[in-house]
Amino acid sequence: MTPIATVFFIIAAVLVWGGLAASIAFLVRRPEVPAYPDGGLDPEDRDENDL
Amino acid sequence: MARAQTQAAAVPEREQWSGQIGFILSALGSAVGLGNIWRFPGVAYESGGGAFLIPYLVALVTAGIPILFLDYAIGHRYRGSAPLALRRLGGKLGEGLGWFQVLICVFICIYYTAVLAWASSYFVFSWDLRWGDDTTGFFTGEYLHTAAEPFTLDYVPAVAIPIAVMWIVTLGILAAGVVKGVQRANIVFIPLLVVAFLVVVVYALTLPGAAQGVSEFFTPDFAALADPDVWIAAYSQIFFSLSVAFGIMITFASYRKRRSNMTGAGLVVAFGNSSFELLAGIGVFATLGFFAFQQGIAVGALDQLTGVGLAFMTFPAIVSEMPGGEWVGALFFGSLTLAGLTSLISILEVIIAALRDKFGLSRVQAVLGFGGILAVVSLVLFGSTSGLTALDTIDNWANNIGIVGSAIAMSIIVLWIRRRGRELSRHLSAVSTFRVGRAWMVFTAVLAPAVLTYMLVTKVIDLLVNGYGGYDTWYLWVAGWGTVFLMLIGAIVLPQLRWRHDPDRFDPWPTSAQLGLKGGAR
Repeated sequence: MTPIATVFFIIAAVLVWGGLAASIAFLVRRPEVPAYPDGGLDPEDRDENDL
Repeated sequence: MARAQTQAAAVPEREQWSGQIGFILSALGSAVGLGNIWRFPGVAYESGGGAFLIPYLVALVTAGIPILFLDYAIGHRYRGSAPLALRRLGGKLGEGLGWFQVLICVFICIYYTAVLAWASSYFVFSWDLRWGDDTTGFFTGEYLHTAAEPFTLDYVPAVAIPIAVMWIVTLGILAAGVVKGVQRANIVFIPLLVVAFLVVVVYALTLPGAAQGVSEFFTPDFAALADPDVWIAAYSQIFFSLSVAFGIMITFASYRKRRSNMTGAGLVVAFGNSSFELLAGIGVFATLGFFAFQQGIAVGALDQLTGVGLAFMTFPAIVSEMPGGEWVGALFFGSLTLAGLTSLISILEVIIAALRDKFGLSRVQAVLGFGGILAVVSLVLFGSTSGLTALDTIDNWANNIGIVGSAIAMSIIVLWIRRRGRELSRHLSAVSTFRVGRAWMVFTAVLAPAVLTYMLVTKVIDLLVNGYGGYDTWYLWVAGWGTVFLMLIGAIVLPQLRWRHDPDRFDPWPTSAQLGLKGGAR
């Protein structure tokens, strides 16, 4: 691969695959808001426990 | 009292995903489709190579993710299929848009199944490299028996039977329900797809010439950035790839529990979809580099770098020259089948959900009844020798006119006419960890519709002036413009039919007061 192609491959990998990794990390660390408004309870509430 | 007795009941509560992962994998299964594998690599290469990354990411951030969030907000807050959610949001005008989106899915699913059938056939053909040396001749001649006439009733069993099988599989999954069918299928198929495709990519990178192919893919042509068409290509790729604005994400979001993190999951879906596209670009260009090396020519001299030509003509020719080509072909076409199948499931779910909401049908009634009718139409149109022509034409109009028009209409109706932007923005921020605000409103209400309107107008002018694919003008008016006309008729007629349950007996949560919206102002 040429140097310029390698640079653009690295940029793409960092931004796109890094974006995926960052968004997964963000979701794992903050799976839900600190406090929901009152109400909105479903019969089997919360579905965030599996991540 | 008497009045209360005659009132229709509220629409029943919806099925729900069992969890965050089930939703994310199902949304990814919808987004990652044939376009990720056969469209993105060629579009990126022809639109500036590595430099395409710049408009692509700009389009992702300014249009793809914002419109995805708009779909999520509508479906999650108003908890319904596209017609029901948009009806609750925007009355009959909104419901009409919802049915327009459902009809886009109707037209797409009847031809999409045919491509799936081809891919599954080629999965079988891979084991003995049945296509021989003339892959184009095999595909259009020996396999499809493509006719010169635009419409025939000469059926090809080798095509019709796989179409029927694909319909049976898909309808079976849908009949099992949201969790036991759609979610379970995606939990199995998406990891399988990623692993199978990763094996293809890693193996392709070990072949001679692969590095040159990947180098060609990433080498930037900065001059391309000054070309408006390159920017339009980036917005088109992002827009079509994310499965937004034709009801899928509204429907899927409606199956989430009320207390669910919508935007956090949405970012994973959006970047996951782009991650698969990047992987596909590397895999496809590594194999093209190998092929060019074998032929002793440059990658740029190769033909058929996108779409049906890439998958069913170029790729089989490459596989034939590859050591272990049978396995690579099987993994590639297996991946294509899985990617298409998970997308088809989501497209059909839009239709099933809408019929259930409007007419009070059970899931099995909707799947076997209307799904069965669609299967027959699909077999009649695409199991014959004229299937390729019909597919090419309907695909072009359904996507470039139908979906783009739907997105523009959604922005205008929801954000400008009904003025629900602030309400939807606050809804997303109230339940999600990634908050949206003024920038999201600007992107969804101004920038994205402006770009999409430019795309739509230039495409309409191009189709009217230059026609399409060299097909007869009368045929384009029937199969192309006729498709859009039928969608519009459906959008006008279907909202006039009576709801089985009262769609307006519904209280959104969080309430307007909880969102800080004064006096009912949205």
